Amino acid sequence: MDLPTSDRYHKMSIDNFDTEQLLKNARRQAKLRNYHDFPIICADSHQYESESINEIIEYIEDDVLHQIVSSAPGIMSRGRGGYQPVGGRVTRYPLRSIEQTPADGIHRDIHLSRRFMDAIGIDYIGLFPTGMLSVGLLPQKEIEVQYARAYMRWLTEKILPHDPRVKGYVYLPFNSPDEAYKMLVDFGNKPGIIGALVTSPRYAPIHDNAYMKTYALIEEMGIPLTFHSGLNWNDPLMSVTNRFISAHALGFTLYNVIHMCNWITNGLNERFPNLDVIWTESGIAWVPWLGQRLDNDYKMRTSECPSLKKLPSDYMRDMYYTSQPMEVPNDHTLLEATFKFINAEERLLYASDYPHWDMDLPCTIYDLPFLDETAKRKILGGNAVKLFNIDVSDRYPDYSVAA
Amino acid sequence: MAKEILVGNTSDFEEGGKKIVPNGKSEIGVYLIKGEWFAYQNLCPHQGGPACEGLLMAKVEEIIHPEKKTYHGMRFNHDEMHIVCPWHGWEFRMEDGVACGDSAWKLRKYDVNIRGEKVYVLA
Repeated sequence: MDLPTSDRYHKMSIDNFDTEQLLKNARRQAKLRNYHDFPIICADSHQYESESINEIIEYIEDDVLHQIVSSAPGIMSRGRGGYQPVGGRVTRYPLRSIEQTPADGIHRDIHLSRRFMDAIGIDYIGLFPTGMLSVGLLPQKEIEVQYARAYMRWLTEKILPHDPRVKGYVYLPFNSPDEAYKMLVDFGNKPGIIGALVTSPRYAPIHDNAYMKTYALIEEMGIPLTFHSGLNWNDPLMSVTNRFISAHALGFTLYNVIHMCNWITNGLNERFPNLDVIWTESGIAWVPWLGQRLDNDYKMRTSECPSLKKLPSDYMRDMYYTSQPMEVPNDHTLLEATFKFINAEERLLYASDYPHWDMDLPCTIYDLPFLDETAKRKILGGNAVKLFNIDVSDRYPDYSVAA
Repeated sequence: MAKEILVGNTSDFEEGGKKIVPNGKSEIGVYLIKGEWFAYQNLCPHQGGPACEGLLMAKVEEIIHPEKKTYHGMRFNHDEMHIVCPWHGWEFRMEDGVACGDSAWKLRKYDVNIRGEKVYVLA
């Protein structure tokens, strides 16, 4: 495969591609830092479910929709832009298609996941879809329901039962509240499921009464609810930006900013005190900004949020955050302040986001000079072990949750 | 004290060519760009990616009208080549290894010696 570059003299030809070879430096890091001494859990990695779209289509229950998407699979998901690999500079995007996996009956997604987990030093992953992150933006909410149901059947039959290191989330088709509830009932107790997922790019008010029974059920099931962010370049506000960097930097935070505002100001932390909420793939720099804004306004407009019993930022410290894409300023005091603001030692969950272009290795946490060894291990795995109730005894027989 | 590592013969390299040679537990990427030799550690200072295993790309520039300050597209500047780390796309100037996005970061640079037909890197 030829990778296009800026001119014909510097073309790069690749005959084969292997994730483990690409990540050989990550494996060296893992060995140097003794990652095998403690569990590392990635709360957010991804599969390209679109590569298995023909398998997923077979699970679509609506006959007419099945026929339509069989002829044009792309209508189920909106394009997320070809800009992710930075003009091909992040080579695993184009090269992924030529990576060989054994024809041994184990799904390709599992083989590829194992390769990057083993190279990076990750023990378990929480697997998210990729293209489906934008399905909440489809004008036909019935397609979101059908696609989500097909995906969940495929995920819980073809992927999760076949490797205990790979965990998943129940996709909630949130534009159809009753269907979201039903999805939770049908798939929430399946083996390998560790949480419920709302994809953040959508225009649903998450404080609507229609969702309360779903939140109550998630709380009762004892699994966390995660809001996974994304971008939507077609959003009228975002469409003003002309560079992917702008749409990405803003989009991946703004949807979660809005949902968190609604979550806190409507007192949902008080209504569901035992429901753990995770804010995923927005980085963490936005949290102190929003917390300071809300605290300042709340002190003047307390009457608008009568359910609150403490400052908005106090509720923010009760919730969880995945680390990636972690903003690492050259001045580490800024990052240290953010860690303090979110009570990172207890509430931050390492996430790689692999294989996406802005993936983070465990070194982004492990090499931070202001964390001690205990804090590093909690963020890299210990917090997730407790939150997701992951049994790590197969890889760490002597591991103690209290450690 | 620096040691010499034999990279190969000059005839092994075409213009824009690259060879990666082992150096202990790491590697060094050796390049021939417009008749000049360059060598860098195959280790990105960002998160440790194999920087020398990525693409070579020319610098991207905006075309801005000098008086009107209006935007007229982008172009490649082939006088400035960049080493691109394949993990995240960080770009480094071939000339000195400095990161294009933040000069506080750079690739570790090595000297290259040519003796006769042989190419050596000093590591």
